[in-house]
Amino acid sequence: MNIIIAGCGKLGFTLAEQLCEENHDVVVIDKNQYILDEVSEMLDVQVLRGNCTIYHVLKEAGVEQCDLVIASTGQDEVNLLTCLIAKQASDCGTIARVRNPEYVNEIPFLKNELGLAMTINPERAAAAEILKLIQIPSASEIDSFAKGKVNVVRVQVLPNSPLDHLTLLDFHSKICQNALVCVVKREKETVIPKGDFHLQANDIIYVALSISSMNEFFKRSGLKYKQIKDVMIAGGGTIAYYLAKQLAEARISVKIIEQDEERCKQLSELLPSAIIIHGDASDRQLLLEEGIEHTDAFVTLTGFDEENIILSLYARKQQGVKCITKINKIAFNDVISELEVGSIVCPKYITAEYIIRHVRSAQNTKGSNVETLYRMLDNKVESMEFSIKENSKVTGVPLMKLDLKPNLLIAGIIRNTALIIPTGKDSIQTGDTVIIVTVNRGLKDITDILK
Amino acid sequence: MNYRYILYIIGWIFKIVGLFLFMPFVIALIYKENIGIDYLLCAVGAIVAGFVITRLKIKNEAFYAREGYVMVALSWILMSMISALPFYLSGEIPSYVDALFETVSGYTTTGASILSDVESLSHASLFWRSVTHWLGGMGVLVFVLAIVPLSGGQNMFIMKAESPGPSVGKLVPKIRKTAFYLYLIYFVMTVAEILCLLCAGLSLFESVCTTFATAGTGGFGIYGDSCAGFSTPAQIIITVFMFLFGVNFSFYFLLCTKRIREAFRMEEVRWYAGIFFASIALITLNLTSSVGQLAHNLKEAAFQVSSIMTTTGFASCDFNLWPQFSRVILVLIMFVGACAGSTGGGIKVSRIVICLKTVKKELQHLIHPRSIKQITMDDNPIDRDTVRSVNIFLISYLFIMAFSVLLVSLDNFDLVTTFTSVVATLNNIGPGLELVGPAGNFGMFSDLSKFVLIFNMLAGRLEIFPMLLLFSPATWRRR
Repeated sequence: MNIIIAGCGKLGFTLAEQLCEENHDVVVIDKNQYILDEVSEMLDVQVLRGNCTIYHVLKEAGVEQCDLVIASTGQDEVNLLTCLIAKQASDCGTIARVRNPEYVNEIPFLKNELGLAMTINPERAAAAEILKLIQIPSASEIDSFAKGKVNVVRVQVLPNSPLDHLTLLDFHSKICQNALVCVVKREKETVIPKGDFHLQANDIIYVALSISSMNEFFKRSGLKYKQIKDVMIAGGGTIAYYLAKQLAEARISVKIIEQDEERCKQLSELLPSAIIIHGDASDRQLLLEEGIEHTDAFVTLTGFDEENIILSLYARKQQGVKCITKINKIAFNDVISELEVGSIVCPKYITAEYIIRHVRSAQNTKGSNVETLYRMLDNKVESMEFSIKENSKVTGVPLMKLDLKPNLLIAGIIRNTALIIPTGKDSIQTGDTVIIVTVNRGLKDITDILK
Repeated sequence: MNYRYILYIIGWIFKIVGLFLFMPFVIALIYKENIGIDYLLCAVGAIVAGFVITRLKIKNEAFYAREGYVMVALSWILMSMISALPFYLSGEIPSYVDALFETVSGYTTTGASILSDVESLSHASLFWRSVTHWLGGMGVLVFVLAIVPLSGGQNMFIMKAESPGPSVGKLVPKIRKTAFYLYLIYFVMTVAEILCLLCAGLSLFESVCTTFATAGTGGFGIYGDSCAGFSTPAQIIITVFMFLFGVNFSFYFLLCTKRIREAFRMEEVRWYAGIFFASIALITLNLTSSVGQLAHNLKEAAFQVSSIMTTTGFASCDFNLWPQFSRVILVLIMFVGACAGSTGGGIKVSRIVICLKTVKKELQHLIHPRSIKQITMDDNPIDRDTVRSVNIFLISYLFIMAFSVLLVSLDNFDLVTTFTSVVATLNNIGPGLELVGPAGNFGMFSDLSKFVLIFNMLAGRLEIFPMLLLFSPATWRRR
């Protein structure tokens, strides 16, 4: 697809990078030549210097032949105007980043009036992601498929738990009927396991399961399953506001520690049910005073990655505190993920992921059948959702008789809104939605799973 | 340094060169020449070597500017070395240095020859010389980019290192498509010229060879007198096409995408045309004041200016015998060269324009010391880095030229010969003046001078820095 990205900040760059990787033709518009030079050196994109709200600039970027315009400058108004002009200039999809909380309630109206395909709010998306992590404890990462019917949960095997030393063949009988181990990460290796695979302590496993069997799985596998009742948030930025608001709606008590007094007053106005603490979150005495050891979850949302990491490391020392760490810059991802900082949330990736999912689904009408695609474990593993629209070589044949590619797994089949965790005897039928987990890149059609 | 990746791409270049080596083999079959067997051997050898090399596993795909420059320089040298083999093996050019000179001259689209009697070469070899022009004109690596699926955005480094001009713009977002479109335009224009020349009464062989040499702005002729023997219509066609191949290819892309106004607004193309027509007018007047008719002189002037400015190097008459004023104009436009992003060589019109603008800016700055002025081109501001790199390019250019003149002067030829031989190779033109004029050749130089001139041709084609980096120790250090 031809895609124009207006504004090349953190989000714009991430988007350009990922869209480029998926082989789209990307044109980046920005006002800053320095940034453009950098982008054109690192990525295979075309760059254009100029103001993206000017029709001629958009025209030069090829808006007339373009399929999608993503406005991701720092200013909401500029983004909206860009989308408006692009929409008038050609029949393309438009996505605007609108991040000002004041506009949140306007979004449905704006979307309709301006014909936007999508609006994105990185802070809100990050808050939603964190909320999901809080609500499903012990899982340090969770992805949803088929509109939330299937979830892929990341958990770590604890020593001496029922999962430790378990052979996967016994997984169904001993742990849970409706769950399937899709990916195992042991030290630096990533495997898609077969039935004879032995789990070990400290393995990180990805399990596909339905929400209803979540409870059973966590209980039987000896993972802690404690309802989270109160959350402490370090840093009172926009994400903290969105998060606290949603937490309050879910009747979870919230405590926000924020340094800036003005902001504290603002927050207390906006969030009457939350406890707002004015103080430095990196003050140990303060944290103890506010009862960090008794809180259920601790979310670090300050503006500094380093501070967030240190705070999470500290909080992890307290028994039973679930940590969620926000990190803006993921350059040293491999080092950070080795640290005990709990779940990591990176707002720009979350937003980029949203948009890329949209792009993929827009592209669906153009050939590929992938409905949703997730990348896990530093993009090493892909899990994707195919909807089976017609009969093919894979339909109607018991799975054990299919000659599948190595390192590929059918993690779930959704038939008539019910999830089937497949065994060798099940088969794929027309009308199903199938979830595939694989380390092979670039599957385009369900028949690509065969050798 | 990522040696494996560099090797991998070089492997691909071997394959492509091998494939093109089949073409002279076919020609040899048609004309029943024994030399065909040498071409076949080299073709098969190159392809086998290519396949062996590309089977190597690439461990990591880290590829940065440094690798790009080194790879471009290395691949041009290696590719010339294998392409020179048929000349040498068949004994048509007995010395390997001479054969290498001839091939480098072909690939860099210089067109300087060491042969005193071109017509004694076999058809296959004549054809192969023209093919090297065609391949070298747009760049072999650009060809690789167009056909080999390479991962990553790092390909830009390759394109940057091989494409002529101060800054590389993409036509479309993807490098691969850009490379493809460039070759498409190139190919279509080549076919158009072949058809035109056929209509003008040239034989198929003549038209194809001449067209390849024009398209790459090379200048190897298949006759001793270059283009002087062709009919007037054919000469006019060649004049026009030489001019067209010297235009920035973005111009044609804009025309094809119906952005005609934008195309004709391109400042570089305007300057190029301006210098071109001004030179023709001046030379015509100068010639007519001494001898000949206006129309005839106009035709000769146009052909020569077109040939020299685009750095092709064809000749329709011996311009060495022209009056001094005309000769000086020719030497001056040798330096100017063609547009950036064309197949021509030289300093490039856009660099000259940028330099002129900086001079104007400096003058204004002296008059109004507190004034601030942004240099622009096509209404886009030219940033400091570009201006700086243009300046440094010119400085290194002058140094290389001075040093080469010094080395070549060891052969003890007259000053004009020594100077223009360096200018003609560094700017990828071909013929110079006096002994290396259109009627002469480069055969009489010593091997040392030939190596210096080979270096100059490569440096001129690759815009100096890849060659300098290749020979700079810092490039090869680990840290």
